[in-house]
Amino acid sequence: MLQVNRRPKSLLDVKMHYCPGCGHGIVHRLVAECLDELEVASRAVGVAPVGCSVFADHYFACDMIQGAHGRGPAIATGIKRSKPECIVFSYQGDGDLASIGMAETVHSAARSENITVVFINNSIYGMTGGQMAPTTLIGQPSTTSPKGRDVKVNGYPIRVCELLSQLDGARYLERTSVHTAAHVIKTKKALKKAFQNQIDGKGFSMVEVLSMCPTNLAIAPKDNAKFIAEKMLPVYPLGVYKDADAPAAGGK
Amino acid sequence: MGEKLLMKGNDAMAEGAVRAGCRFFAGYPITPQNEVPEYMSWRMPEVGGAFIQAESEVAAINMLFGAAATGVRSMTSSSSPGISLKQEGISYCAGADLPIFFANVVRGGPGLGNIAGAQGDYFQSVRGGGHGDYRTFVMAPNSAEEMGNFPLKCYEVGEKYRVPSMILSDGTIGQMMEPVEFKFETVDAKKLPIPEWAIGANPGRPRRMVGSYDLREGELEKMVLARAKRYREVEEKEALWEGKMLDDAEIVLVSYGIASRASLAAMKLAREQGLKVGWFRPITLWPFPKKALTDVAKRVKSLLAVELSLGQMIDDVKLAIDCRVPVHLHARPGGVLPTGEEIVESVRKALKAGSKEAACCR
Amino acid sequence: MPEIKIDEMRCKGCELCVTACPKQCIGMSDVFSVTGYYPAKFSKPEACTGCALCAQICPDLAIEVYKEEPVKK
Repeated sequence: MLQVNRRPKSLLDVKMHYCPGCGHGIVHRLVAECLDELEVASRAVGVAPVGCSVFADHYFACDMIQGAHGRGPAIATGIKRSKPECIVFSYQGDGDLASIGMAETVHSAARSENITVVFINNSIYGMTGGQMAPTTLIGQPSTTSPKGRDVKVNGYPIRVCELLSQLDGARYLERTSVHTAAHVIKTKKALKKAFQNQIDGKGFSMVEVLSMCPTNLAIAPKDNAKFIAEKMLPVYPLGVYKDADAPAAGGK
Repeated sequence: MGEKLLMKGNDAMAEGAVRAGCRFFAGYPITPQNEVPEYMSWRMPEVGGAFIQAESEVAAINMLFGAAATGVRSMTSSSSPGISLKQEGISYCAGADLPIFFANVVRGGPGLGNIAGAQGDYFQSVRGGGHGDYRTFVMAPNSAEEMGNFPLKCYEVGEKYRVPSMILSDGTIGQMMEPVEFKFETVDAKKLPIPEWAIGANPGRPRRMVGSYDLREGELEKMVLARAKRYREVEEKEALWEGKMLDDAEIVLVSYGIASRASLAAMKLAREQGLKVGWFRPITLWPFPKKALTDVAKRVKSLLAVELSLGQMIDDVKLAIDCRVPVHLHARPGGVLPTGEEIVESVRKALKAGSKEAACCR
Repeated sequence: MPEIKIDEMRCKGCELCVTACPKQCIGMSDVFSVTGYYPAKFSKPEACTGCALCAQICPDLAIEVYKEEPVKK
């Protein structure tokens, strides 16, 4: 018999602490597969965020660093500028990247820092216990918006890909999802491109991945997948928002 | 080495860091330290290093966190409000045992304050500054020349004990021009050993992790206690100070940085007037030169702390000498430099006060 | 015949594989695993095509997929 799938070498053979149905495990595996397939594992350095995936530094087989909340792109910048031969990725959640770390996100993109950012958008704060995220949908309840996100009080969700697409320095931006197996496969393709871009020296690449947080949405994982399909996709449409390789919008 | 150059304190510090092997600088503009990033913006590329004007002090310190983790000698500089912003990152560096080096060219505070030289950030520097149990190796230069020569010591001590190190300067020393001689061989950054904890390209060694957290019960305490052991060693071995006219002194002026120059002028003036005044200057503020100051306190009637703050170092003076003799205070907060004359006036008051403490704050 | 192996020690019973399988080959066990979850089980092996979509969506890398060697001409 032939084994169809194998655990990527870049992911350590340890049990992950994530909740049942959490998307982090899927995306961790995809990132590790990219490092393996692009043969960059021996020079990869990952930046773990603050949030549930703070423990990413215990799961990836490459050198890892864990820093302050939201500062992943700044830390990645410091590593990449000091050791340009390294393949540096910053793995971040929505509170980390789009709230407290928005400045670092925007400016690392504006500088076109040659790094790869993996952005998990699950519309909620995970580790701290289900508070409202910058990506929480209008009307979506959270522990700090128990009656649902009210735009009069909490404003509107942030679409990070759309926002960054206005920056010349952002070279590749794609939003994908992991709520179905088919979308997982597409996410892998996007991540691989985001890493290939760094290898090719093309500059800032980010993949935003819509993902599940069943514990804090207080729904079953399969219902969380449904939530993404029905509620998140209309607000966060999937697709490529920027590809410096492709002809610019409005061009011939 | 050997050559005398006329330099601004800030430029001297930047050049000193480069000569000490600094190859990564990230910073953000703030007066009165702007010469440092300006200098580094052209000097870093010249020596094959990296310079980044960060989007904020917060980003700059975190860039340092990443750069220092690769083992490169790194630097950031700022002034008081900017250093406050960097404190979280400094705490993370301390927690990850990264020997970053930074400079605070202090200005008057709190808040936006002003842009004159001041010493109101003493507590922030020597007591940690950010959250958690940690210490920073703090050097306080009092001349442009020392600005240029202290970065090397900061790197050496920082790397030996794996602690953050800093230069606590101020707007006056940062801005003034003086002859500067770099009294050390320029460090060849390429020949510096790559630390055994540095992350980066990995040709088959076990993987490395840099970070400041451990959620397992009791493990964080072990980590902090291991660090505390190194702190004790720093306290025992790395304290620096200088003194003048201590042998026959009845009262000794204790001051650091720019205040120590005003104090020196005051001492000379007082001696001319027949007053037996000595001068003691801590060069490292953490570790504070406790033993040396205790020896001084054994021989004198009282001490007079001279500070450009409400009186912060005076606490360390009292702790160091275990309140053996009265410690008086001459304090000028808000970015004001005292004159020698007014300090002498305080000396007279202090001598008259005898065993009572005399606060000579205006 | 293609088959999947579910590692009960890793499976957290999230059921995402159940929804992913186009042939409904995977069901849920009604017996607790030692880790305290109702793990997924390979309940309809005969329909499995070895497409590995279950392994694609499994967040815990708990599924190994096997296929017969392709016949060499």
